[in-house]
Amino acid sequence: MNSVILSAATVLLKPLLTFISLFVLLRGHNEPGGGFVGGLIAASAFVLQAIAHGVPPARRSLRVRPRLLIAGGLLTAAASGLISVAMGAPFMTGQTYALPVLGWKLSTALLFDIGVYLVVMGAVLHIIFTLVEDAP
Amino acid sequence: MTLLLISPILIPLITAALCLLVWRRPVWQRWLGTAGAFALLSASGLLLKLVWDRGIQAEQMGSWPAPFGITLVADLFSAVMIVLAGLTGAAVFVYSHGNIDRFRESFGYYPLMHLLLMGVCGAFLTGDVFNLYVWFEVMLISSFVLLALGGERGQIEGAFKYVTLNLVSSGFFLAAVGLLYSVAGTLNMADLAVKLRETSNPPLITALAMLFLVAFGIKAAVFPLFFWLPASYHTPPVAVSAMFAGLLTKVGVYALIRVFTLLFVQDPAYTHRLILVISGLTMLTGVLGAMSQNEFRRVLSFHIVSQIGYMIMGLGLFTRLALAASVFYIIHHIIVKTNLFLVAGIVHRHTGTMELKRLGGFYESRPLLALLFLVPALSLAGVPPLSGFFAKFFLVKGGLAIEQYWIVAVSLFVSILTLFSMIKIWAEVFWKPASEPEQAVSSRARSLWAPVAALAAITVFIGVGVEPVFRLSDAAAVQMLNPEEYIRVVLGGNR
Repeated sequence: MNSVILSAATVLLKPLLTFISLFVLLRGHNEPGGGFVGGLIAASAFVLQAIAHGVPPARRSLRVRPRLLIAGGLLTAAASGLISVAMGAPFMTGQTYALPVLGWKLSTALLFDIGVYLVVMGAVLHIIFTLVEDAP
Repeated sequence: MTLLLISPILIPLITAALCLLVWRRPVWQRWLGTAGAFALLSASGLLLKLVWDRGIQAEQMGSWPAPFGITLVADLFSAVMIVLAGLTGAAVFVYSHGNIDRFRESFGYYPLMHLLLMGVCGAFLTGDVFNLYVWFEVMLISSFVLLALGGERGQIEGAFKYVTLNLVSSGFFLAAVGLLYSVAGTLNMADLAVKLRETSNPPLITALAMLFLVAFGIKAAVFPLFFWLPASYHTPPVAVSAMFAGLLTKVGVYALIRVFTLLFVQDPAYTHRLILVISGLTMLTGVLGAMSQNEFRRVLSFHIVSQIGYMIMGLGLFTRLALAASVFYIIHHIIVKTNLFLVAGIVHRHTGTMELKRLGGFYESRPLLALLFLVPALSLAGVPPLSGFFAKFFLVKGGLAIEQYWIVAVSLFVSILTLFSMIKIWAEVFWKPASEPEQAVSSRARSLWAPVAALAAITVFIGVGVEPVFRLSDAAAVQMLNPEEYIRVVLGGNR
C-alpha cells in the first residue's frame, strides 16, 4: 500500500506495539491481559508492517518463520506443565521460583503464557502472511 | 505415575511440535512421526498394565481438586481404547511410509496425524464432559484437514459432507453440555454420576440423555445418522481412511458407552431399550448398504456402520456379559477394520483402482495378500476361530441370557450377510481372473505389508488366545457397571 502516513506511522508504531504486547503478557498474571492478547498485539505489529511495506520486509524483521514460533510455543507450554511433574506434583501444577534479587518470583504460569503468546503470534502471522502473499 | 497418565496426550503433542520444527524435511517428519507413534504405543501398554495392576487411575491437572479442575481418568476401558489408538497409530504410520505422497507429506500430514491421535487419546482419558467436547473438537479439526488434504475433487465433496454433519453433531453436543450444566451444576463425570443418581427430575435427565444420544450417535454413525460416513471415508488416501475407520467412529461409541453406563442410568428400560433397537437397525441398514456397493472402500465403510450396531448392542442389553462383549467387539473391530482398509490400499497400489468390477486375479498373482485379506475378512464375518467369532458369540450369549431373541436373530442374520459381502469381495478381487494388467510397484511397498501382517497376526492371536482378552473386557465391564470405584478415585474419599 502506498501511503506515506501509514508507512511513517508504522516505523513508530511497530516498536510501540511490540513493547505493549510484552507489557500485556506480563500484566496478565494478575490482571486482564496474558499470552493470548499479548500474542495478538505482537502479531499486529508485524501485520502492520506487512500492510505498509509488504510481506518480505515483515518476514525479514521477524527473523524466524512463523511456523517455528508455533512449534516453539507448543513445546514451551508443554515444558511448563512438565516442570511440575519433575517436582512430583500433577501435570501443570503451578510452581514458583523466587529470584534472589528484587524479591521477584518466576512462575510456570508465566512460562505457559509465553508459550501461548508464541503460538498465537505464530499462527496469526502464518495465516496473514500467507493470505497477503497470495492476494493478487 | 503422573507422567504415564498424561503421556498419551503429551507424546502426540510433542511429536507434532517437533514435526513442525522440521517442516522442510518430510523424511525427518516421517521418522519422527513413526517414532512418536511407537512411543505412544509403549506408553499406552504401560498405562494398561498400571490400571490392570492397581485399579483406576485419576489425576487432577494443575492440582485443582475435582469437581472444579480438569480430571484425567484411566479405567480399564479407557486404557484398552488408548492401547488400540496406539496400535492403530503405529500401524498407520508405518503404512504411511509407502502410501502418502510427497505433496501431502510437505503440507503437514504427519503433525496432523499426531494431533488427531492426541484428540482421540484425550477423549478417552478425560473425566469431564466439557473436556470431552474439547477433545472431540481437536480430533475433528485435524480430521477435517486430513480429509481435505490433497484437494482432489472427491475429497472435497466427502469432506464437505463430513464437516457439515459433524458440526451439527457438535452443536447438539454443546447444547446438551450446557443444559446438563444448568441441571446438575457440574460437568465432572464422577460428580455428575453422583448428582444424577439423586436427581429429583428423571424425565428431564432422560431428555438430556436423548440429546447426548443424537450427538454421539452422529459421531459413531448409528442408524439413521450414518450417511456422512460412507460418503466421505473412501475419498482420502488409504492410510487416512484406515485411521478414520479404525478409530474415529469408535470414539463416538466410547462416548456413548461412557455416558450411558456412568451418567444416564436412571431409566434403562427406556434409554437402553432404544439403544438396542437402534443397534439392530444400524446393523441391518449398514450391511444392506454394503451389499449394494461395488467399490472396495465403500463396501468396507458400510460395514463399519453395520459393526457399530454390534458394538452398541452390548450397551443396549446392559448386562455384565453383554458389556464385556461390546468391549471385546471394539478391540476386535478396530484391529480388523484398520487391516481391511490397509489391504484395500495394497490392492489399489497394484492396480490403481478400487472398483470391484475392474479388479481380479490377486489369488493367482499374490496368494499371500489373499491370505492376509482372508484373515480379517472372515474375522469380520465371524468365522471361528478368529476374533470376530468370539466377539459375536459373547454378544449372542449375552442376548440369549436375558431372552432378547429378536436382536440375537438380527445379529446372526447380519453376520450371514456380512459373510456374503466379504465373499463378494473375495470373488471379485481375488478369485476371478484379472481383467487388467498390474502396475509396477515401487520399493517402498514393503512398509505396506508389515502392518497388515502384524494386524492379521493379532487377529489370529485374539481368536486363539481368547481367554485373556475376554478377561480384560470382562474386568472393564465390571468397572463400568459398578461406578463406585470410579467415583471414589476421582472425587477422593470424602464422599
